[in-house]
Amino acid sequence: MNQSIPGINKKAGTDLPVLKPYRGGIVHAPDNLLFSRWLADLPVWFWWALPLLIVVWPGFALAASNYSMSQAFAALIKWIPFIVMDGFLYNVIISFFAMLIGTVTGVVLGLMQVSPLRLIRYPAKFLTQSFRNSPWLVLLFIVLLALPFEVEIGGEIIRIPDWMKAVFGLCLPVMANISEVVRGAIISVPSGQWEAAESLAYSRHQTLWQIILPQCFKRMIPPWMNWYAILTMATPLCSLLGVEELITLSRQAIEAENNRPELLVPFYGFALLIFFAYCYPIARATIALERRYAVKLQ
Amino acid sequence: MNATQWDPTRPIISIVDVHKSFGDLEVLKGVSIDVMKGEVICIIGPSGSGKSTLIRCINALNDIQSGSITVEGLEVHDAKLDKLALRRKVGMVFQQYNLFPHKTALENVMMAPIKVLKEPRDEVETRARALIKKVRLEGKEDSYPGELSGGQQQRVAIARSLAMNPDVMLFDEVTAALDPETVKEVLVTIKDLAEEGMTCLLVTHEMGFAREIADHIYFTDRGVIVEHGPPETFFDDAKDPRTREFLSQIL
Ligand SMILES: Nc1ncnc2c1ncn2[C@@H]1O[C@H](COP(=O)(O)OP(=O)(O)OP(=O)(O)O)[C@@H](O)[C@H]1O
Ligand SMILES: [Mg+2]
Repeated sequence: MNQSIPGINKKAGTDLPVLKPYRGGIVHAPDNLLFSRWLADLPVWFWWALPLLIVVWPGFALAASNYSMSQAFAALIKWIPFIVMDGFLYNVIISFFAMLIGTVTGVVLGLMQVSPLRLIRYPAKFLTQSFRNSPWLVLLFIVLLALPFEVEIGGEIIRIPDWMKAVFGLCLPVMANISEVVRGAIISVPSGQWEAAESLAYSRHQTLWQIILPQCFKRMIPPWMNWYAILTMATPLCSLLGVEELITLSRQAIEAENNRPELLVPFYGFALLIFFAYCYPIARATIALERRYAVKLQ
Repeated sequence: MNATQWDPTRPIISIVDVHKSFGDLEVLKGVSIDVMKGEVICIIGPSGSGKSTLIRCINALNDIQSGSITVEGLEVHDAKLDKLALRRKVGMVFQQYNLFPHKTALENVMMAPIKVLKEPRDEVETRARALIKKVRLEGKEDSYPGELSGGQQQRVAIARSLAMNPDVMLFDEVTAALDPETVKEVLVTIKDLAEEGMTCLLVTHEMGFAREIADHIYFTDRGVIVEHGPPETFFDDAKDPRTREFLSQIL
């Protein structure tokens, strides 16, 4: 440890600039897990502060009013089963199916993005970039308004439920982002792997499926989970379109309680809490997995 | 296999007046080399002189602009070439090992014969274990590349290439990324191979080694072959001033 190193604790042998050891923390290349990292790092006090705020707020908000804290709280408790079971459950269902469809289509699109054929690669890049960079709400509106209310299958008329339309709307940005995750994972594999496989007479197709993708799989899991958390947080957008979910039902509940302004913070605060509580373990797992794989791959 | 039928009086690799550019940068400016079956050829030269580029052209990892390269009669840069057929004949080992990190040493060696040559698994496994023994890595069969030293990884890479039963082996500065202590174990492996009669083309900076095993040495500089000859004359009696300067710097 006491060894003297030129340029650090000893005079440098040259006056050329010396590369000093980097002393920062772990450097994360372009951070694709920003959201999960933030959520996973929420301090412990946050988990006390938010519920407390929900409970205490009405008392402060209108101290003069005759509506007490406990009344607001009681109203919330009364409505919780309704807004969770008929509301939040749909956020989960929507996010689940949007993720499922978005992942399947996104993987296909991502593979198309690395195709050697321009005819396949260019449209895939175009689709990916357009859906990735469009506002989610706009995509939702387009899909909800463009999809027919009803479809006829074999003479029978089936009404498409709103939540299913929301799934189609939300799976588009997910698809585009997963496509980028897949492409990013593939190009992050060193080119030496391609060359080694090619020199062993692997075809391009075999190289991709047998050498490259198995190495990508682990790398894709953390960003994939990150996108699931982001998607779940985006599901309340559906309430703007009247899809029944947590926020829509919270609003209905507040209305049923005569729209008392004291109720806004408890109800929406509760919504916030429930989203955070749902996504927090996912974010923790994402970051834990990311650390583990980072160590494994040296 | 094929090599046994190959007419021993004809070069197994024939490189004739090859030109290769990357954009505006001409990297090979008319290179010709003949390699006979069983010969060991060393290519030396300063950094950037096009050694890697040349060796990568032989198994079609790089294309060329003009000239011709034939390996056992296969025209390498023919548009109709079956690249996979060529690469079955030519094994290649890289400076950076490029082992598949998600597979154990044994699996690395077994994968290509099973997946590419479609050989039966148990036959391949017997051969792979023998190869691992041959590169002196018994006991490391189930280690992942990340658990092996550089020298060990490089020997797995050699075994992996040999598992395809190539007729020719290309080595591109395979010891350049290794610690001085582990260089030797890799060189010993290559020497064994050369002594068994494998046709080898090596790019190397290990002059002592080149002198010991090469049948013929080529010196390249800025995309041309400046001088070539058997090791004795090459090292002790270089004609070209560029060769002499290079040798005086490196020896
Ligand atoms: N894919 C590429 N695209 C553009 N230029 C390249 C490419 N590969 C190599 N070059 C250039 O070609 C020249 C020769 O490179 P090459 O790798 O063949 O040299 P080398 O003799 O192997 O050197 P070294 O001893 O450093 O490995 C260099 O100037 C290099 O920058
Ligand atoms: Mg090189």
